[in-house]
Amino acid sequence: MLSPGSGNTVIKSKLISRRMFLLTACKAVVMVGLVGRLISLQINQSTKYKSLSDKNRFREWKLAPERGVIKDFYGQEIASNEPLYQVHLIPENVQNINRLFVRLRGILNITDKKIFYLKKLINKQKPWEPIIISDNLNWSEFSRLNLFLHELNGVEPIVSVARMYPDNSSAHILGYVSQISAKDLKTKKYLKDLSVPGMTIGKTGLERKLDEQIIGKVGFQRYEVNAFGKRIKEIQINEGQAGKSFTTTLDYEIQKYTSNLLEDKAAAVCVMDVYNGDIVSLVSAPTFKPNSFVHGLDKKYWEDLRKDKKKPLTNKVMSGLYPPGSTIKTLVALSALENGIIKPLDTFRCKGKIELHGEKFHCWEKKGHGIVNLRKGIQRSCDVYFYEVARKLGVDRLSETAKKFGLGQHVLSDFVEEKAGVVPNTKWKKKFIGQNWYIGETLHSGIGQGYFQSTPIQLCLMTAQIANGGFKIKPRIIVDEKNNKLKSFMKYKIKNPNETLPKNLLEENFKLTPLFNNQEHINLIKDAMFSSSNEPGGTSYRHRFENPKFVFAGKTGSSQIKRFTEEQREAEVKQIDLNYKDRDHALFIAFAPYKDPKYAISVVVEHGGSGGSAAAPLAKKIIKKVIERDELRKKINSLLGDTV
Amino acid sequence: MFKPRSIQSSLMLKDKILSFDFILIFSILTLGIISMFAMYSTDGGEFKYHTNSHILCFFVFFSLFFFVSLIQVRFWADQSYSIYILVFLLLLGVKYFGLTSSGSKRWLDLYFMNLQPSELMKVALILFLAKYYHRVSIENMNSIKFLFTPIIALVAPILLVSTQPDLGTSILIAAGGIVVAWLAGVRIKFFAYSALVFICLMPVAVSLLKPYQKSRILTFLNPERDPLGAGYQIIQSKIAIGSGGLFGKGFLNGSQSYLDYLPEKHTDFIFTLFSEEFGFFGSLSILLLYALIISRIIKIGNITRSSFGKLYCYSFATAFFIYVAVNMMMVLGLLPIVGSPLPIMSYGGSSMMAIMFGLGIAMSCKVYKDIPVN
Repeated sequence: MLSPGSGNTVIKSKLISRRMFLLTACKAVVMVGLVGRLISLQINQSTKYKSLSDKNRFREWKLAPERGVIKDFYGQEIASNEPLYQVHLIPENVQNINRLFVRLRGILNITDKKIFYLKKLINKQKPWEPIIISDNLNWSEFSRLNLFLHELNGVEPIVSVARMYPDNSSAHILGYVSQISAKDLKTKKYLKDLSVPGMTIGKTGLERKLDEQIIGKVGFQRYEVNAFGKRIKEIQINEGQAGKSFTTTLDYEIQKYTSNLLEDKAAAVCVMDVYNGDIVSLVSAPTFKPNSFVHGLDKKYWEDLRKDKKKPLTNKVMSGLYPPGSTIKTLVALSALENGIIKPLDTFRCKGKIELHGEKFHCWEKKGHGIVNLRKGIQRSCDVYFYEVARKLGVDRLSETAKKFGLGQHVLSDFVEEKAGVVPNTKWKKKFIGQNWYIGETLHSGIGQGYFQSTPIQLCLMTAQIANGGFKIKPRIIVDEKNNKLKSFMKYKIKNPNETLPKNLLEENFKLTPLFNNQEHINLIKDAMFSSSNEPGGTSYRHRFENPKFVFAGKTGSSQIKRFTEEQREAEVKQIDLNYKDRDHALFIAFAPYKDPKYAISVVVEHGGSGGSAAAPLAKKIIKKVIERDELRKKINSLLGDTV
Repeated sequence: MFKPRSIQSSLMLKDKILSFDFILIFSILTLGIISMFAMYSTDGGEFKYHTNSHILCFFVFFSLFFFVSLIQVRFWADQSYSIYILVFLLLLGVKYFGLTSSGSKRWLDLYFMNLQPSELMKVALILFLAKYYHRVSIENMNSIKFLFTPIIALVAPILLVSTQPDLGTSILIAAGGIVVAWLAGVRIKFFAYSALVFICLMPVAVSLLKPYQKSRILTFLNPERDPLGAGYQIIQSKIAIGSGGLFGKGFLNGSQSYLDYLPEKHTDFIFTLFSEEFGFFGSLSILLLYALIISRIIKIGNITRSSFGKLYCYSFATAFFIYVAVNMMMVLGLLPIVGSPLPIMSYGGSSMMAIMFGLGIAMSCKVYKDIPVN
């Protein structure tokens, strides 16, 4: 029963001890297991767990680098950075959120709708994550905020930098920057490690072309964070690297001047140095406000831009496609001379129109020009003369010359918006339209209508290459891209002005690419262009300069939008009487000064009527401005060791 | 062989103190002091609530340990039934007047402290069963009649605790009880039968489990199942321990704990924190200290003459071992997270009280080792 005897106790004790021995053995096994586990975790796998622990411990926040600036030729910043004043709010530091918003509304301009939205945002995210109350304050608002800061717990003024363009004159060539889109991340490889929330990237123009280099290197701030993601302390900071800055060949003064001239027109102007291909001015009108893209675009403004019939978002200089019109006559004549089709003094009789296979081809001068040779043909821009020349020349030979002078291909590299245009020939038509070429189309091509499509920058390059004596140049817009082969040749030329060099010597000694067989042909064209601008009867005679410093040689052109009907022709309808949309585009190309060509210019005024009346006067003003600033430009060029 | 009973029962205080097991006291004290540093680290290197409260607790209950050990073991044996009944009543009280915190009702508000009677039950049940089997003769040990009382004494508190719900503590209470029965000589077949019954009841038990308990078990089977949810604790604990390496990150430099990646760092995961800061060698020393405490209690069991003393010391040492092992296996990712404190190290007054009380009785067995128990 319940009375243990002493013998019983001994047996019991032995039993207990025996069983305890078993248990102790089990304990030893478990103990060894625990030690084994510790060895495995803390010795064998410690590296793995150390890195996991660091992954827990540290988190990095990327810092957007400062975008490089873009300067004009004289060092003026045409795309710069400005301080950006922001207000952030850290909800956990705020005592009474409602009172704070009432207070903030008194200091800044915040709408009730925005406050409602911000409150919703505050409820959604962690209390220590900052929210942006206002991302672009002006200085007076910002300083007022700083004045009241001591009573605004949780509000943090932040100064960062953002893109700023001094005006809208160069909006098209510079392009604009805007927030990174999901598509950008997918398509642009260089953004892979660069993407920082809130960072902007170039979307068009130079901003896009240079984006990879101008964007800089992303920095980071490494913080120790707790399990809830709250930053505890800063461990390391790497400020990244500001993007590379670029100097362009553009002249900001001329950009502004030209942009003002083109106001309320739909037009394009390109000015180029005829020797080194430096683009002095590149303006498309109407323009837009690139600054409005930086901080998220206003929806109404965007809609207005998109619906505007004058297409302010298009860079008309590089993406506007226009039939070159009569400006192509320079190349038609050159091609015919080079191919030996005509002699300069060969004549045709212009009676106002010719007929070919029953189709009528009109000259713009209804009365006709009478007896016309090459010089007069270009001077008066006689269509009939060029119908005859083109018919003899044939479109394939014309297209070969046109391509040599830069039509039908990109002028600058890496601009997504640049268009190549069309230089038609028989093969092209067969391939893209699937039909045979008609001789009538050759006549249209001879006066730059029909399938011909060119951009103003191509016409400018074409003019420049005629002006410099027929040598190929590679246009540039960024100053570092050296390519001036003409320099040594020009030095030689200045020392030996009367010596003409054979073509093969030019190629071998000066590494030039002449675009002619006989340089005399180029000079003939230049002379004809001179007469067009400076001799009575010339199509732009009214807009000539008397001062030899500014004298230019040019060629007008107009590209037809709608063919005149026979009735309109009979009624002598004027361009000005047509609907705006039906008027011809006005074109003008020129180079100046005539005696010592330095600059080439192309002007296109959409629906401007005739080149002589709409485009030439603009060109005249711009040429004057450009030549007035030539001394200054030369100085900079000589500083760069780039002088002739 | 026997000293006269009168002499031993009227030992001088000096003699009692001299007969203490100083190695045991030293181990307890060392562990206590280590635990204070660990607690100071959980408070981020400041004397905040947990550190202050833990230090106070340790010294109060360390005194209790001395007090208990100076009282004759016969007294504790005599009072074991009353103690068990008192604790059981407290457990019942929890059911009706308990405090609810994070979904379970475990505490009684005693104004100066929140008492968790389930912790006390761990020791009370061992005491009760040790006394019971001390009185059952070896012949009757395996008769069905003498199995009823232990089973009821075991099952009743477990039911109360597991419905609190507190799965971890109820398992640990059961483990203690089963150990006593095993040591007392109950036949293996009874354990086998109970295991069989238990397995049959498993589906029922599983259906009674709270969703979070089920998810913990599933998570244990595959911690990466839900790394941000239930598996989070195990993963973060393993990261903390593993990243400690050989020598640890240094005192107050446990990034996992002070950046709040460690859950329950004051209580269940205190070993993780220590292990992160002091590395493999630190963990090993803690393990050695526990081994020392356990072996000293077993040693007392070896030298004590009464079968109550033996039964109690062996059972308590084994239960103590189980508490330590379960907690460590849990934080090392070898067992599911069931919620069991690490004796002495973990924050928590009730656990400290129960452990110190249990250790006190063991020490009393040492001091009065030659006195028989009725």
